[in-house]
Amino acid sequence: MQSENLIPLKNFCLSHELKFSFIETLQHYGLVEVTNVEHISFIHDSELPKLEQLVRLYRDLDINFEGMEVITNLLRQMEEMHDEIIRLKNKLAAYENG
Amino acid sequence: MDFVDYYKVLGVDKNASQDDIKKAYRKLARKHHPDLNPNNKEAHKLFQQINEANEVLSDPEKRKKYDEYGKEWKHAEQFEKAKQSSSHQHFGGTERQGFSGDFEGGEFSDFFESLFGNMGRGRKSTQSKFRGQDYQAELQLNLSDAYTTHQQTLTIDGKNVRITIPAGIENGQKIKLKGYGAPGVNGGPNGDLFITFNIINNTKFRRDMNDLYTSVDIDLYTAVLGGEITIDTLNGKVKLKVNPETQNGTKIRLKGKGFPVYKNEGHFGDLFVTYNIKTPTHLSQKEKDLFTELSRLRTK
Repeated sequence: MQSENLIPLKNFCLSHELKFSFIETLQHYGLVEVTNVEHISFIHDSELPKLEQLVRLYRDLDINFEGMEVITNLLRQMEEMHDEIIRLKNKLAAYENG
Repeated sequence: MDFVDYYKVLGVDKNASQDDIKKAYRKLARKHHPDLNPNNKEAHKLFQQINEANEVLSDPEKRKKYDEYGKEWKHAEQFEKAKQSSSHQHFGGTERQGFSGDFEGGEFSDFFESLFGNMGRGRKSTQSKFRGQDYQAELQLNLSDAYTTHQQTLTIDGKNVRITIPAGIENGQKIKLKGYGAPGVNGGPNGDLFITFNIINNTKFRRDMNDLYTSVDIDLYTAVLGGEITIDTLNGKVKLKVNPETQNGTKIRLKGKGFPVYKNEGHFGDLFVTYNIKTPTHLSQKEKDLFTELSRLRTK
């Protein structure tokens, strides 16, 4: 993993005016993956959209951590079903076109 | 630009209390929040309206101004100037926390801008940095083009972006272009652009993952006696040996003649060929006699 792909959590919390305990709780619920390098906590930049979405759910909609976990799981299921529909449509089209 | 009835947007009456407004807003926001409605443009639009209605109605000063001038929004500025010069009152945007609204930069309608101008955006100054929204786009590609790695130029927000499409890309597959989404809010990073490939089959082959399927016609004599035929693949023509006494519907596999494996250069799936044996038609008398003789040989 390259260091330029890691974002220090301290910076993230400062920029979003969040307490570090918020991230720790998200980590506890398995909602974000935190990487520790030499006692410093980072998140990988690929985790950033997910983390920001969680911040929005928390701030905008007053969703608690249990709710965020449920929503995250349901959104993932929706995405998987969406991909499955595309795959099935492809297969169907292939058979229909002979 | 039309008058926007913020009370109607939130489904509350004009005497609604701050608590009623907050409740109505929360309820609608939970239903239409873009994070809960991915790829739903209608929900996105509704959310912006709800957000805007809340921006006005939850702020007593803005609400007062809206109630006073709402329908006369075209003249609101003149009213306001006249009022200020007579009483030196100041209409200031109170800073408060609302939706972080990073969806397309927390856009407001022209009506809102006309009535409140920049002052209406008081909350923006308290916002933290947010990454811009991700864009979703669809790109059509012919199956024959998906066979080879190639470059394509796309125009995104007026900018030309040259992308490399690796051979073997699947129909429905998504690729991410980092930073080509909506601009970040308050200096946050740009979102990403996700391109979903819609692959149109312009070939006679059926594709299933990395394998290709096709059928070829062979004449009865080649099927019975064996021989050699030439068939098309996506990579040119190949010669095939047909075994004697080949049955109709026989399927053969040509290893490595299928579709390229995505991001695995030099690796290909297989091509499956099904033989359709064509029975001769318009037989001459001599052919009929010979087939009759063959038939007799079989039934002896």
